Amino acid sequence: MTANNHSDHQYVMETHDLDIYYGSFKAVTDVNMKVERNKVTAIIGPSGCGKSTLLRAFNRMNELYAGTSIKGQVMFYGEDIYARDVDPVEVRYRIGMVFQKPNPFPKSIYENIAWTARIHGYKGKMDELVEGALKQAALWDEVKDKLHQSGLSLSGGQQQRLCIARAISIKPEVILMDEPASALDPIATLKIEELMQELKKQYTIVIVTHNMQQAARASDYTAMMMLSGEGERSGTVIEFDVTNRIFTNPKDKRTEDYVTGRFG
Amino acid sequence: MKEKMVVQGFADNVDARNRKAMIWHVLFQASTIVGIIALIALMLNIINGAFGYVAYEARVDPDTLAVDGTSIEDQSKEQLVSLLQATLSRGAYNTLDKAKSFADRSREEVYQLVVERIVKPQVVQVWNLWQSLTQADAIRATVAQDHPEAELEFVSWLNADFVRRPQTSESLTAGVRTAILGSLWTILFTILLAFPIGVGAAIYLEEYASDNWLNRIIQTNINNLAGVPSIIYGILGLAIFVRTLEPLTSGEVFGLVDPSTANGRTVLSAGLTLGLLVLPIIIINAQEAIRAVPRSLRNASFGVGATKWQTVWSHVLPTALPGILTGTILAVSRAIGETAPLVVVGASTAISFDPNSPFSKFTTLPIQIYQWTSRPQDEFRSLAAAAILVLLVLLLSLNASAILIRNRFSRRM
Repeated sequence: MTANNHSDHQYVMETHDLDIYYGSFKAVTDVNMKVERNKVTAIIGPSGCGKSTLLRAFNRMNELYAGTSIKGQVMFYGEDIYARDVDPVEVRYRIGMVFQKPNPFPKSIYENIAWTARIHGYKGKMDELVEGALKQAALWDEVKDKLHQSGLSLSGGQQQRLCIARAISIKPEVILMDEPASALDPIATLKIEELMQELKKQYTIVIVTHNMQQAARASDYTAMMMLSGEGERSGTVIEFDVTNRIFTNPKDKRTEDYVTGRFG
Repeated sequence: MKEKMVVQGFADNVDARNRKAMIWHVLFQASTIVGIIALIALMLNIINGAFGYVAYEARVDPDTLAVDGTSIEDQSKEQLVSLLQATLSRGAYNTLDKAKSFADRSREEVYQLVVERIVKPQVVQVWNLWQSLTQADAIRATVAQDHPEAELEFVSWLNADFVRRPQTSESLTAGVRTAILGSLWTILFTILLAFPIGVGAAIYLEEYASDNWLNRIIQTNINNLAGVPSIIYGILGLAIFVRTLEPLTSGEVFGLVDPSTANGRTVLSAGLTLGLLVLPIIIINAQEAIRAVPRSLRNASFGVGATKWQTVWSHVLPTALPGILTGTILAVSRAIGETAPLVVVGASTAISFDPNSPFSKFTTLPIQIYQWTSRPQDEFRSLAAAAILVLLVLLLSLNASAILIRNRFSRRM
């Protein structure tokens, strides 16, 4: 992929007629959406409608699940990340991911970040990089005295922020978050949401969430997904718009039913 | 508790269910107890054989061999050699010298020869531990009556000398040093072959191999190989390592042929054969351990742009290592106790020299035990019992060290 100089692109990522398959089962159909730079884009919808599947297609994590394939295109700064000559490792380097369940490496807090930087050939001052990433993830003050304890010794919310620190330590351009707060209590959730507002100044964020208040509070754009079609039903984006409009004046009746809690 | 109101359609059967649970509980406990009883019986049987009274007669009274009041125990090597030369026939002396020149033998070895060839203590009768403890007086009376010349002694067949002495054909001077060293050398090559290849194959099958018919056949065959009788591996080892690869396993290509070993029946062949035998077990256990590494950990690694190899090396393997080591411990324990394939591969039945290279002739503890138990004389069964105790101690200490290593790895995480 080309170098990290895309100031002329307003949209970091776009999908064109994206279909995602598990074997022969079409899980997601015909998604066209755009992810704007330095904004938070939320994907909402009921369980099992393919939100996480769609998110994983954004950095080719779906390929780690046997039998998945896609049709259509996922563009990153105008380039198809599924093109033949694109290395999935580089895609994931530049489009980072935070998962639903906090998954720090079973290493020290320090090593969680240092290992990540090291595999990408980081040669600078490691202590500064670790401190910087932890500060950006609003975790530094809580862990600065125990950097060499296991990452697994932290609380769930702290672990998730460690995962965010790990993701941003290698300066990705996009951060994908798959229900990052669903395993956390309301206070930890709030911290993650505040963090997202801070992070979007530098990064572009795509977040999948079950929590509609979270989407309403924290996102700039919202994609509403739902199962549709006859027979074998497949998930698709039924409405994609500015978050405010999705929640106050949706065009689609199903969106309105869902966001007002009459449905799903 | 106040009686629950009976709801129609539901039976009041809590007591019946508890009774049923109790029966199963007792059954499971009983199976455990049967296992423990079997184990205790085994241990008692071995211990019973390894200690007890022994009556023996010396053909030549050692006191008559003393020179100037110095008993043979205190004589120098040179004195002992000349004693041998004087007493043994020229032919017998030369045969000994040819097997290993007297100049190369230590004083201890020469002393053993004197005891074996000249003093020749002969066991006339042995009693096991139970008899020795309960019928000591009767035993003394029997010996006094039937063998007035004999000396009666309570011995532990398992003692420091037993572990230190090489194999001999005389029960009173036999030891298991040759066999212990043979077992250790063999197991070294078994581990060197089976561990890296087994773990490598497991990594390939779990992480890289795609799910197609070829890999499924390979997987099925590995599972089947784990159940193939060990003697068949012996035949395989005989065909491949001893015969086909003889130049390699006899050390010929390295110019290191042991003069007493003109063929491939070496420590190396035995180690490689046992390596093949345990390879499927190590592969299967390592696969299980690798499969048990949670997906979330792999996701975390791939999610920050790690390559497959970085993920496997830094996260999957360290997490799977305790499981891999557990499997390896089990496999190596099995290899240490194997007898049949080694008989086929050509373990020596009687060698008194320590193996000192991969190309040495060898015997191992199980082979030694098998040899001794098949002898008709009672005293060899006592030796076998002592050798079994040595084998158990060897096995347990190898396992203990492997477990220590494993725990060290687990704690790091």
